Amino acid sequence: MKFTSLLASAAMALGLATSAMAEDKTKVGFVFVGPVGDGGWTYEHNKGRLAVEEEFGDKVETVFVESVPEGPDAERVMTQMALEGADLIFTTSFGYMDPTINVAKKFPNVKFEHATGYKTADNVSVYSARFYEGRAVQGHIAGKMTKSNVIGYIGSYPIPEVIRGINSAYVHAKKVNPDVEFKIIWAYTWFDPAKEADAATVLIEQGADVILQHTDSTAPQAAAQEAGNVITFGQASDMSEYAPFPRVSSIIDNWAPYYIARTQAVMDGSWETVNTWDGIKEGMVEIGEISDSVPADIKEEALAMKAAMAAGEYHPFTGPLKKQDGSDWLAEGETADDGTLAGMNFYVEGLQGEIPQ
Amino acid sequence: MDLGEINPVLLLASLMVAATPLLLAAIGELVVEKAGVLNLGVEGMMIVGAISGFAISVETGSPWLGFIAAAIGGAVLSLLFVLLTQVALANQVASGLALTLFGLGFSALLGQSYVGVKPPSMGDIHIPVISDIPVIGPILFQHDPILYVGIALTATVWAVLKYTRVGLILRAVGENHDAAHALGYKVIKIRIMAILFGGACAGLGGAYISLIRVPQWTEGMTAGVGWIALALVVFASWKPWRALLGAYLFGGITVLQLNLQAAGVAIPVEYLAMSPYIITILVLVILSADKSSAPASLGRIFHASH
Repeated sequence: MKFTSLLASAAMALGLATSAMAEDKTKVGFVFVGPVGDGGWTYEHNKGRLAVEEEFGDKVETVFVESVPEGPDAERVMTQMALEGADLIFTTSFGYMDPTINVAKKFPNVKFEHATGYKTADNVSVYSARFYEGRAVQGHIAGKMTKSNVIGYIGSYPIPEVIRGINSAYVHAKKVNPDVEFKIIWAYTWFDPAKEADAATVLIEQGADVILQHTDSTAPQAAAQEAGNVITFGQASDMSEYAPFPRVSSIIDNWAPYYIARTQAVMDGSWETVNTWDGIKEGMVEIGEISDSVPADIKEEALAMKAAMAAGEYHPFTGPLKKQDGSDWLAEGETADDGTLAGMNFYVEGLQGEIPQ
Repeated sequence: MDLGEINPVLLLASLMVAATPLLLAAIGELVVEKAGVLNLGVEGMMIVGAISGFAISVETGSPWLGFIAAAIGGAVLSLLFVLLTQVALANQVASGLALTLFGLGFSALLGQSYVGVKPPSMGDIHIPVISDIPVIGPILFQHDPILYVGIALTATVWAVLKYTRVGLILRAVGENHDAAHALGYKVIKIRIMAILFGGACAGLGGAYISLIRVPQWTEGMTAGVGWIALALVVFASWKPWRALLGAYLFGGITVLQLNLQAAGVAIPVEYLAMSPYIITILVLVILSADKSSAPASLGRIFHASH
């Protein structure tokens, strides 16, 4: 009896000691879907991580694991991070949604933040950016600049985030160019440079002279550069190494302020579950410099649209809009509500093909 | 849906480009496995080849030097595998996996200053007369030289394995290393040569992705091609021409399914996306009904004392 109580108190003392040590430093974990050098999505999340380190210096320790497949393996990685004493874990891809929820159940004292998902819990927040606002600007430029009237779109997976982007780009391309046609390829990967380049090449061979991508690497930019007279947009990151041509503009995801704020909240003990969805106005979505390859008047219009969205005067999904099947979606002047957008699983009128289910 | 938008000439031409990295890696691994060694490090050797080739061709401005560097890079990395499995007699599966992990990390380190750089272009060969033949010319005779190297390599490996004394010895080592040793052949030495050859081929395959197919450097850009090459060797029953067929089928259907998607063909995209895997496996499994089996000593460790 005496021996066991001695053991127990020793264990408690040890536990106290380690938790005291843990309090000194806030440990923040990041789970990435691609390599940090992908030049796109993961690259920007990693920039956010570095910003957290910069901001808090010695008070914080960050860890990350890259190229984690979406699925059971992700659960293993998150569990490992939690066991190693992470206080806050950012899981940065849509496919980590269920693994995040599962692991969060097992570690009620660890805070989780899942990017681009919609499932929350007491210790799970979700955050995303309104990329579709950036897509609206891209759609406008694309519709104005295409000569073949064929715009190629490389999708990753048929999830609401990607479908929103396609719809937003299409609506705004169509508005300025009624003859425009979208060709969509689903790559079924977030990161596979060879496949992304192949997809871009196929779209170009089938007449596209604008390539929009929702995959993470810069490979489609390289393919467009090879082809010569095709324009592209940086995705998730500025991809300015391909500016001024073929890359004429970009959507930049700026996660740093959010990551810093949330880490601060964990330090203060003020962290609570939130559902963040910020756009151009809050600075989470940035529009990369529109290069001189874009005629001045188009550039001006694009910037005006960006300003209107930043001021909250313009919503990219403003009626009248119909769904692909011809049924009414938004009446004149009506704007889409966040619930519909978050679960968007339909094309708008005019897009060809079906969304894989 | 508009099938007319698919240009069959361009389709067949890009099929060959998509298949070449896979073919190069598979042919190299085929020789390694014929010698009785299972090297699961193909992916790692490919990615190291991709960055060595990329870096050297950017620095020197010569894609040819780049490809030579890629072959050397892949072979040098495979030396690590040689050291582990042929000298230290470590487990081949574990060593191969370690090689892949090491290669992925090491290439990321090497490549840090090469992100976003454009490599010099190799250009396509334009042989007068035959490359001007309509249809066939653009499909077969207007490619980069490395693509033809891949085909030539397949033919050479096939001929060497089948008709030459060197090939016979290599196969003997792979089938029964004790017997080969008893006959006085240097089993370890022959296996080392085979592993180095495999490494060089994988390196070439990797550089083909970073210098020609994409062309750019991105971390982890081989994205699993090495694993597909490994599977391909097995499904091809260790026969070079079948590996070529498999690579072309896989590359071809990958490109074809992208084309069908872009043309809006009414086949569910999920089926299209899985079709390269299914069709390649089906065809090669049907072909392998002749019961050709794996080299008998595959994956077994050899030591002269046994």
